Amino acid sequence: MAKKNKDEILHDHNNDGIDRRGFLKCMAWAGTGALCVMEGGILKSYSLSRVGEISAKEMAGELSFVQISDSHMGFNKPANPDVAETLKSAVEKINGLSRAPEFMLHTGDLSHLSKPEEFDTVDQILKSASAKDVFFVPGEHDVLNDDGKSYFERYGKNAKGGGWYSFDKKGVHFMGLVNVMNLKAGGLGTLGHEQLEWIEDDVQHLKHSTPIVVFAHIPLWSIYPEWGWGTEDSAQALAYLKKFGSVTVLNGHIHQTMQKVEGNVTFHTAASTAFPQPQPGKADSPGPMKVPAEQLKSVLGITNVNYVQGRQALGVVDSTLA
Amino acid sequence: MIRKTVWIGGLLATVMLATLLLSAGSPRSSAKTPQPATAEVKVDNFSFGPATLTVPAGTTVTWTNRDDIPHTIVSTDKVFKSKVLDTDEKFSFTFAKAGTYPYFCSIHPKMTGSVVVQ
Repeated sequence: MAKKNKDEILHDHNNDGIDRRGFLKCMAWAGTGALCVMEGGILKSYSLSRVGEISAKEMAGELSFVQISDSHMGFNKPANPDVAETLKSAVEKINGLSRAPEFMLHTGDLSHLSKPEEFDTVDQILKSASAKDVFFVPGEHDVLNDDGKSYFERYGKNAKGGGWYSFDKKGVHFMGLVNVMNLKAGGLGTLGHEQLEWIEDDVQHLKHSTPIVVFAHIPLWSIYPEWGWGTEDSAQALAYLKKFGSVTVLNGHIHQTMQKVEGNVTFHTAASTAFPQPQPGKADSPGPMKVPAEQLKSVLGITNVNYVQGRQALGVVDSTLA
Repeated sequence: MIRKTVWIGGLLATVMLATLLLSAGSPRSSAKTPQPATAEVKVDNFSFGPATLTVPAGTTVTWTNRDDIPHTIVSTDKVFKSKVLDTDEKFSFTFAKAGTYPYFCSIHPKMTGSVVVQ
């Protein structure tokens, strides 16, 4: 995987407008960054190598935020013996953006083993980011013991019963979901009945023109169920969001960037700040992928998202730590 | 007479116990069904090996995590549950009763296995 060209995108839709009812699955991998500009549910993606050709107006917006994911603090195996250093690199990358993001979203697996000292290190490193607010959702590695007590005590103070919550920023409605609890044998990620009811209720009074950003750890679309890369009851959650013109779903978990548009919904997964995982089905298991040390930062990264008020546009930009 | 009977019974029990211990401790080529007291399951590449393990009652099964990622061993029917096993950590459980014991990794629920106790 590591031998792929730096700017290769496996499915190049760079020059295509994508039909609203159409379907796009583009994949960015191994050093590739993708800029995705979404307007009214239509998404265009560009290779990062072409960012220079895109006007500043398209990239700017009323609101910009950064998504980081899968920091796995505490992991120290050959795939990345220093995950603190690569998280620091991610923060430097964020601090180097021409426009400071309003806040950060962390889509889970902050820690590797749910240890308080791992959460401490993450908090400490993120303090030096230009964006002060961080909104978290847990990954399965954050809730390993006692039903996630150490995570929820720290990050779940303002959340609902099961840890989910929503907030509004400049006209965009954000929903942080939890799909890593009470996993059943043989199953995928799960939202559960109580959370689904909350989702329905939470969006009930919103105007249909309100852009929605949903973020959760395990992908809310079926990427590769054989490896557990999907959520059992995500279809029900998305059904509640059907009436909205623009829905963006941001996930982590799979340690690589992927995008897809389906109807009004744009799905996006972020790279890890810690270690890469193989492409779906391209290895015996989804375990950490060891790449040569000098290539590691090209497979780790951050995601920058811009929203232009009035145009319902979200631009999603992935960049690597290299 | 009564005393003698009790003594003989005790001797018999001792001999039987010794025989049992011997048969459990050393493999006998003549035995129809070998009865190992312990068995191993490797947790490797996000899977359990063997996925189905058949053992006689009384066997202690030990799982060892060989992955770079933590796993758990959780009985689907809540009979046993390990703590989180990081790389090279182990979990053991002794199966006293016959039956089928399905289990999974609660972190990666696609990982499933079962222990059949005869």
